[in-house]
Amino acid sequence: MLDWHDPRAFVRTVAKKSGEGARFCGLFASPVAEGTRLVAVLSHAGPFMAEATLVPEGAEGFPALTPTVPAAAWYEREIKDLFGLEPFGHPRTDPLVLPLLPGAVPPRPGSGAQLPPAEIDTSPLPAHVQGEGVFTLSYGPVRSSVFESVEYLVETPGERIPHLRARVFYKHRGMESRFCGLSLADGALLAERYEGVASVAHAIAYCSALESIAGAEVPPAAGLVRVLHAELERVANHLDSVLRHAEGAGQAVAAARFANHKERLQRLRADLSGSRFGRGVVVPGGVSGAPNAAGLPVHAVMSSLDRLEERIREDLNLLTATPSFVDRLRGTGVLPAELARARAAVGPVGRGSGQVEDVRSSRPYGAYESLGRLEVEDRVTGDALARQYVRADEIPDAFHLCRQALDGLEALGPSPVVGWSVEIGPVTGEALGWAEAPQGELLYLVSAKDGRLVRVKPRSASFHNLALFMAAFPKDILTDFAFIEASFGLSMAGVAG
Amino acid sequence: MPWVTRGLREGIVTTRYPRRSDGYGASFEGHVVCASGATGDEVEAAAAACPTGAIALEAAGARLDRGSCILCGRCCDIAPRSFHFEPGFETAALRRRALVVPAGEGDDKTITEAREQLRERVKGLRRSVHLRHVDAGSDGSEEWEIAALTGPIYDIHRLGVFFSASPRHADVLLVTGAGTAGMQASLRLTYEAMPSPKVVIAVGTDAVSGGLVGGTYASGQGVAGTVPVDVFVPGSPPSPFGILHGILLAVGLVGEAPGGAVSGPSRDQAEEREGMAS
Ligand code: SF4
Repeated sequence: MLDWHDPRAFVRTVAKKSGEGARFCGLFASPVAEGTRLVAVLSHAGPFMAEATLVPEGAEGFPALTPTVPAAAWYEREIKDLFGLEPFGHPRTDPLVLPLLPGAVPPRPGSGAQLPPAEIDTSPLPAHVQGEGVFTLSYGPVRSSVFESVEYLVETPGERIPHLRARVFYKHRGMESRFCGLSLADGALLAERYEGVASVAHAIAYCSALESIAGAEVPPAAGLVRVLHAELERVANHLDSVLRHAEGAGQAVAAARFANHKERLQRLRADLSGSRFGRGVVVPGGVSGAPNAAGLPVHAVMSSLDRLEERIREDLNLLTATPSFVDRLRGTGVLPAELARARAAVGPVGRGSGQVEDVRSSRPYGAYESLGRLEVEDRVTGDALARQYVRADEIPDAFHLCRQALDGLEALGPSPVVGWSVEIGPVTGEALGWAEAPQGELLYLVSAKDGRLVRVKPRSASFHNLALFMAAFPKDILTDFAFIEASFGLSMAGVAG
Repeated sequence: MPWVTRGLREGIVTTRYPRRSDGYGASFEGHVVCASGATGDEVEAAAAACPTGAIALEAAGARLDRGSCILCGRCCDIAPRSFHFEPGFETAALRRRALVVPAGEGDDKTITEAREQLRERVKGLRRSVHLRHVDAGSDGSEEWEIAALTGPIYDIHRLGVFFSASPRHADVLLVTGAGTAGMQASLRLTYEAMPSPKVVIAVGTDAVSGGLVGGTYASGQGVAGTVPVDVFVPGSPPSPFGILHGILLAVGLVGEAPGGAVSGPSRDQAEEREGMAS
């Protein structure tokens, strides 16, 4: 599956393919016997392409992709932090996820090394933009409301456009190293906690990698249960984004109503799975059981869904017709379409800026294949309003998919003959799994040996898109911050790892 | 302005907790119960299968640490006679040890002491309570559950509880996450900036013990090593009701009642308080 190149040819090949229109999806490093393997994953029509190169043991670094493939910028910084390898020619290599003190040993996740607690440098950053009249404002890492920790530095150099930087290492948990050595089942529990608001998507992407290593087919009923929970998770995340916009715009009644809808949805999810975040549903080989922890009959779930959808639709229609709200989002936080393409933006952020890809329809996995293709609509204005419309359109689609999944389950009967999961034995191998999380395309590169995890590298949409967040602030950086942040809808846990 | 009339359309959605028990809260399967004197092959298999090592095999029988449990349900499947889920959300505790069930000898006494000490400290907080939240490495779900408390269903403002943007006006610190290396300094600074008396609540299994993510080079093993924790709220994540219980426990408005209902004089106090705030 891998196409190997020497480091220079690797840069040329990846640059050529992305120049020809392939989408750069990520750069994955893994320790191997001879050094460190780098794999660039690219997407075009057909299967993912994986280009590989070896950074030999003892080498200090590798020629950076970033000068020719700007979407690789954060990946190369992350590799520098975690593997101690310098991306030569990279324009900016200050620490991103792990600011180790000089001389400290990088963790090299997957190497199996036991590591002492990391000694890191959390001192304030010297101003990036030098000169007279430059001032720096810092937000975080402790935020003024109930948010995840991250630090944003806004530099306002005189007349020029303010410049935004993010420091995401505060919440770095070393998750990739935590996966090493776990059983396949425990890996699913950890994947659910990588980016906790997208637990279902993470478990699906992780498990589908294992299933493709094993060559296993998930039972049809399990595939439908996965779709049901993944789509409910999508609605919950989109409601969260709408709610935060409404709060930011001072629309108190709308905010209260969306908070109410979100809570009802979380309760429905708990009724179906026992967990308000759908945890424990997706297991390697299928799902843990029928979607009725509370013993609800399918028609009762259907009518709860219908009621909820109806209320959400009414409020969304009203909100998008409330001029004071719409005006606040229009033209705010514009991510230009060319930039979104060049940096391969994913998810609602990409779709708000003309990047149409949604892996549920472009690379259908599991039951999405049989549920019919989604009509993925993109918007081109690239502002917070466009991203909000994308989410507003995805909510009814998600409800529709939930109903299809429930219909399918009813047709299969209460306890399907083939069961809810197939056994995934003590497999050995490596594969890529994917899912469309609420935040966008999610990838898991999983490698296992005799049923134990050797290396797991999740690539969240939040990580990929946060790099673009910095570019969406051409003006009004201070007043519009809350909106732009809400409109990106990212999770810092998923960014920091 | 259509939103004005819209707000009223769904009638009363707000829970009456803690004045009355809440149907949804009471039915939520918030913790795992371990039978006393649990032994045998099944129990040993369950302990071995637990992803966080939450089950200890002791001479008098297995004990389960709810502060490490991530509610995966594996032990309940393997040894259903010894472990089972139980509905109820009032799982917060004033002592780390109180999360280990069944209770050991002497635990009751230390818990009573802890309650009295805390009550003494929070005397001054009777009118309104201000909360500050710090994320010390959560998975992001705890923030959703905390934020839900300000929504119309939980509406903690009715209890005179508010979020504060500054640590200088906060009485209660809610900490999520296992305590990452990167957040040590910021967590400490926030705690120090709060005026006394102050109360710290560890929200979620990660904050209590590190849970499943703890123990790497960067993740931490709970926040008690960084700031002194007064109330431990287990759960992965805990439900909004579980967090609310932890907050009310911290300010002395409810008691600890694992698996049971709130009782005694604390309920009258809560009633008084609700009247006061509205
Ligand atoms: S439910 Fe809790 S105690 Fe039981 S196996 Fe899972 S984590 Fe361990």
